[in-house]
Amino acid sequence: MKGTKLVACASRCIGSSNRLIAVHSRGKATAATAEAPRSARQSTSFTLNLFRGQFEPSQVFPFPEPLSDDQRQMLTELVPPVEKFFQEVNDPAKNDADAQIEDGTLAGLWELGAFGLQVPTELGGLGLSNTQYARLVEVVGAHDLGVGITLGAHQSIGFKGVLLFGDPQQKAHYLPRVTGGEYAAFCLTEPSSGSDAGSIKTRAVLAPDGKHFILNGSKIWISNGGIAEIMTVFAQTPIEKDGKTVDKVTAFIVERSFGGVSSGPPENKMGIRCSNTTEVYFEDVKVPVANVLGGVGNGFKVAMNILNNGRFGMAAALAGTQRSALRQAAEHAATRVQFGKRLCEFGGVQEKLARMAMLQYVTESLAYMVSGNMDSGCQDYHLEAAISKVFASDSAWTVVDESIQILGGMGYMKATGLERVLRDLRIFRIFEGTNDILRLFVALTGIQFAGSHLQELMRAFKNPTAHLGLIFSEAGKRATRAVGLARGADLDPLVAPELRGAARELARCVLEYGACVEATLRKYGRGVLDEQLVLNRLAAGAIDAYTTAAVLSRASRAQRLQLPSAQHEMGLAESWAEEATERMGSLAGALAPRALRHGQRLSSLGQAVAEAGGQPSRTPHNV
Amino acid sequence: MSRVLVGVKRVIDYAVKIRVKPDKSGVVTDGVKHSMNPFDEIAVEEAVRMKEKKLASEVIAVSCGPAQSQETLRTALAMGADRAIHVEISGPEYETLQPLHVAKILAKLSQDEKADLIIVGKQAIDDDSNQTAQMTAALLDWPQGTFASKIEKSDAGLTVTREIDGGLETVKTKMPAVISADLRLNEPRYATLPNIMKAKKKPMKKVSAKDLGVDLAARIKVISVEDPPVRQAGSIIPDVDTLVAKLKEGGHI
Repeated sequence: MKGTKLVACASRCIGSSNRLIAVHSRGKATAATAEAPRSARQSTSFTLNLFRGQFEPSQVFPFPEPLSDDQRQMLTELVPPVEKFFQEVNDPAKNDADAQIEDGTLAGLWELGAFGLQVPTELGGLGLSNTQYARLVEVVGAHDLGVGITLGAHQSIGFKGVLLFGDPQQKAHYLPRVTGGEYAAFCLTEPSSGSDAGSIKTRAVLAPDGKHFILNGSKIWISNGGIAEIMTVFAQTPIEKDGKTVDKVTAFIVERSFGGVSSGPPENKMGIRCSNTTEVYFEDVKVPVANVLGGVGNGFKVAMNILNNGRFGMAAALAGTQRSALRQAAEHAATRVQFGKRLCEFGGVQEKLARMAMLQYVTESLAYMVSGNMDSGCQDYHLEAAISKVFASDSAWTVVDESIQILGGMGYMKATGLERVLRDLRIFRIFEGTNDILRLFVALTGIQFAGSHLQELMRAFKNPTAHLGLIFSEAGKRATRAVGLARGADLDPLVAPELRGAARELARCVLEYGACVEATLRKYGRGVLDEQLVLNRLAAGAIDAYTTAAVLSRASRAQRLQLPSAQHEMGLAESWAEEATERMGSLAGALAPRALRHGQRLSSLGQAVAEAGGQPSRTPHNV
Repeated sequence: MSRVLVGVKRVIDYAVKIRVKPDKSGVVTDGVKHSMNPFDEIAVEEAVRMKEKKLASEVIAVSCGPAQSQETLRTALAMGADRAIHVEISGPEYETLQPLHVAKILAKLSQDEKADLIIVGKQAIDDDSNQTAQMTAALLDWPQGTFASKIEKSDAGLTVTREIDGGLETVKTKMPAVISADLRLNEPRYATLPNIMKAKKKPMKKVSAKDLGVDLAARIKVISVEDPPVRQAGSIIPDVDTLVAKLKEGGHI
């Protein structure tokens, strides 16, 4: 009797499109595998499990240590020459003014080996791991993002496809070329296909002789488009599927020398002006079938993997940019005297510097957490990589902007250099997956993961006697949560003693986040796809949770290693956790009737402005 | 063709703000950025260029110091030196290491390695001694061309242009010889990342001063290391008499 009652209670609590929350009222943080139904996908991703209200620590605690002694030693030797080159040879102001990298600098960068950092040494590169790459890219980001994009467009995405998907012949042929002086570019975006990458119109049709594809189309905003010899191009190819012909995207390696490839003039940009950005046109280009990359019809997967794989690089570069801006602001605040005091003695300035420091610390922690996980062989890093890119680019804007503010009028002057950096980094919120799309991607992927487990559970309910244990445990946990006794995972063993309070708060937030996701699914079901205001709130919460976990992990490591900056780091981590968990606390309100009304109001207003072609209301005095 | 021995020293990086240890026994070196003495970079560059011009057959880089001196040697290898010799000296022996000790080591090594040209930086930026080249030449009884801003090979030996107070002086020396490199001798190349990777494969030999028969016993004792006195504010003086009075007061006249 008791059993049936529990089942009834549990199924009443859960309802049509609910999912389960694995509630740990006491006990240690456990992996998601312990109680989840067998057939739904398992994952070690912190973010995916967050959506289930579960704290999955394996990718976050302890902070990754991916460098072997040899790799660490190598990195110690590689960083100084790169630093020296960017301090003494590269002239970012001149690059910006000329909208071109100086020839001598480009030659120096090739000689330095900067264009093939992750290519295997046998094929002409330096064979660096992701973490080593991140450290060097940090140096570049601290000095010149325009050069950073020239390097990144080349190796982070331009020929990355060959590294990830190339067959041995493609690797043997192309990798020595792209490390030997030939530039590469990534050609996906088209005039009518930006975020909607699946809708590209460039087409590649198999020629009658079956030996070539004939490529036609045009691409826009292509970095290195005007200088690249070797391009990764994405085009629709007709595929036979179930007796019908459908279009699927295929990735190709295309050489300018194939003929029919041309590029437009360099675009006149707000920032990263020395990076070459052009349109690229393909007119009846004959691409050998051997140059298909990753298999016919797999282009979308190839593109997404390439972009995912390179994302941590942006976070690393921007961590360097933020560190540099913070240094300028700090130096100024410590010396400039007004009203008889140094700027840094005023609370307002202290708060600015503290917030800038927190943002830089989080960005850097994310970059090395993602690169470290990738180096350890982790496959499930896509949400975390997306979060690192979104966070890094958003916070870089804030940090450099505040840096300018602290420097006052001087900050506004070209000579100070910060205005150029601000112009340079603006694009990072837009390209390689706009932040807006990536936030939705995080929210939807997380919800889908949560939902898939829910569907399995619903199946369990259809056959309760086979899954009684599961149902009992879930129902029991639910009851505990309802009574308010649930505290979430026990993180005490994972963090420094000083940070346990913050960690407990995070654990509680993770729990409640899961409840929010459940409530969202209950309310909207599959229709959640169209509820972007809600999705954005959930994405913000996911970012708050992951960033908090990342800094708690890093600061705990600092304390464990007794780094000189351990106290400072723990202060940063605790402050970040304080504000992030508070923001997460207001998430539940995002689904309250009041918030939903507000959201609808915003939607209508936004729509009205678009229809009216601007602000519908006229100037107050109507003259 | 010559076999060139180049002496390189690991010093605190020129851009670092030096801090004196609270116990006044020396300067803070722990966790501080170190790099190759800039004049030694110029020395290595000159040796490598000689090899590229086929005036030298082999460049051997030498450094006397603790384990970390190997990093400095690797930089020399990355710049183009063929092999390296690390004379490991650490702890109190390193604290009291003087140019005379180093000169004796270089002299012995040049004989063991059959080098006929020694190039070192004119002075190290930490102790500013400007003694090692001169002492090494004297120990070997070789001619010396110090403060070199240009080195040319001639049939008889070397023609060295030296930077002196009054301008430039040209001397001719026979070989073998010792050169100390001055600032305008050349502009050192940047170590490229591929060369750094290649340098890992070049041979690095470790020897001790004892192996070379050099006694490292201290000839000096550091009594104290202090910051230079803080600069006092000046004052404007109304007339010459007051100036003379103040100078007398300060014991300056």
